[in-house]
Amino acid sequence: MNLNAVWALLLREAKIFFREKERIVSILISPLLFLFVMGQGMSGGQSPVPGYTYQQFIFPGILAMVILFTSITYGLYIIWDKRLDFLKEVLAAPISRATLFFGKTLGGMLGAIIETLMLLVIGALFILPMGPLQVLLALAAAFPVAYMITNLGLTIGAKMKSMEGFGLVMSFLTWPMFFFSGALFDLAGAAPYIRAVSMANPVTYAVDLLRIIMLGRGHFSAWTDLSAIAVFCLLTTAVGIAAFGKLQQEK
Amino acid sequence: MAAIVTSNLVKRYAEVTAVDGVSLEIPEGEVFGLLGPNGAGKTTLISMLSTLVRPTSGTALVAGRDINREPLEVRRNIGIVFQEPSVDDLLTGRENLYLHSMLYGVPRAEIAGRIDRMLEMVKLADRAGSLVKTYSGGMRRRLEIARGLIHKPRILFLDEPTLGLDPASRKAVWSHIRELRATHNTTIILTTHYMEEADSLADRIGIINRGRIIELGTPDALKRKVGRDLVFVTGALNADAVRALPFVQSVEREGGRYKISIEDSGVNLQALLNAGGRIDEVEVRRVTLDDVFLKFAGQQISDDAEEHAEGIFERVAVNKAVGR
Repeated sequence: MNLNAVWALLLREAKIFFREKERIVSILISPLLFLFVMGQGMSGGQSPVPGYTYQQFIFPGILAMVILFTSITYGLYIIWDKRLDFLKEVLAAPISRATLFFGKTLGGMLGAIIETLMLLVIGALFILPMGPLQVLLALAAAFPVAYMITNLGLTIGAKMKSMEGFGLVMSFLTWPMFFFSGALFDLAGAAPYIRAVSMANPVTYAVDLLRIIMLGRGHFSAWTDLSAIAVFCLLTTAVGIAAFGKLQQEK
Repeated sequence: MAAIVTSNLVKRYAEVTAVDGVSLEIPEGEVFGLLGPNGAGKTTLISMLSTLVRPTSGTALVAGRDINREPLEVRRNIGIVFQEPSVDDLLTGRENLYLHSMLYGVPRAEIAGRIDRMLEMVKLADRAGSLVKTYSGGMRRRLEIARGLIHKPRILFLDEPTLGLDPASRKAVWSHIRELRATHNTTIILTTHYMEEADSLADRIGIINRGRIIELGTPDALKRKVGRDLVFVTGALNADAVRALPFVQSVEREGGRYKISIEDSGVNLQALLNAGGRIDEVEVRRVTLDDVFLKFAGQQISDDAEEHAEGIFERVAVNKAVGR
């Protein structure tokens, strides 16, 4: 692993992230709509966790949603890089594909973590009062979650030929991953087939872990969540490095 | 030691064979020009040598390393200036050079100094802090060249390095290339479809057409294969009499006039005109690499007449500049 190269790749993403301020804001729009419009609108609805409103109940899920969408979108953006030839410069560099993959993933995590932090602050102030420890733990949990989802996005992006596939991935992967994660409902009360799909969905464990941190109650135990996330992290690392190994200049 | 040895390199895509069995040997320190029309396979060949594209069959040693088995080692020894701009729009010129230096393992202590020198060389020092998306096409190209050179590669690939540059910038790039070879003994592989560029820079030229190297040699040797001078004649030429002259290499019809290639027009033109019969118009010029290409590939390299005209003008200017 070439640390200078990883640093360079991360630095590039950081600079671009902070230069594209519109992007930072636009990513936060849909989670805020969910939180403040849907969460408010359904405030009469029953919260599955006693002592919390529905809006408070879905907050951990919405946080996972931000990580999911930021990370996947970032990963898929590598198709643009391919198109615009930026990637050539990096592919021709004397760094291993594992280094490239790791640097890219860290770059993607950076965006997801910053978005998470922003939403956590908004949430702690307006929705769900949290102590500093809870905020820190939630932020810490965001790291492995962002890692595995960015890996997934990069892997798909590396395999995809054109940006047209972007919408397909969003419709057939990202949104289902969100809806089947239990972000908006309690898995315990869900139909068996929904529960079965959810069990295979990495986002489920992310939502559950965040819920344990913030609400003190989840569907699984924290250890189950952490183990599942660890397995998905390892799996996506292996698959992602293999996909990057096959990356070639197109045309 | 040879910088590059290729053996029977082939790259086939679904519909076309882009590179069709290229075997080459390029010694260290040589400036090798790869000359051919668009789509001849130049870029694909370079992409394979720089490990960006895997060959369908065959292999190559670049800096003594196999492109198929040790791509990372190959990449440690090379620099590339791409045909299409690959500098990062959202970063400044200086940031582009910094990131590249980090990626290519330039010692940290040297990075700042080298960036300054490079920016000075390509005359971008005053715009180094601006985002690249505000640069003109020529500025991007110059930045790209600075980037390709900053890690001092042993072997440098330049894919159409002066495409889209104005004549002044083009000449600046040429002098950088010459300097680089002189000071670092860098092996340079240059693709171009500008004849005068290959002619003035390259030690040897490989003419490539439809994925094959059809001719290989020094610019002068290649041109001698056509003759030294070309005489274009309109009128009722006595072609047989002309053909019989000892200094005449060939006589062909071309577009309503005769194209006669001869050894030395300064000495022989009068004799040619005396033997030629009734001649209305005469035009004499030196053989160019375009003539070489026309002879061996049966077509002209540049389909753009304007570009070609500019090319001739450029060649004269450059020859004066280097005192030839």
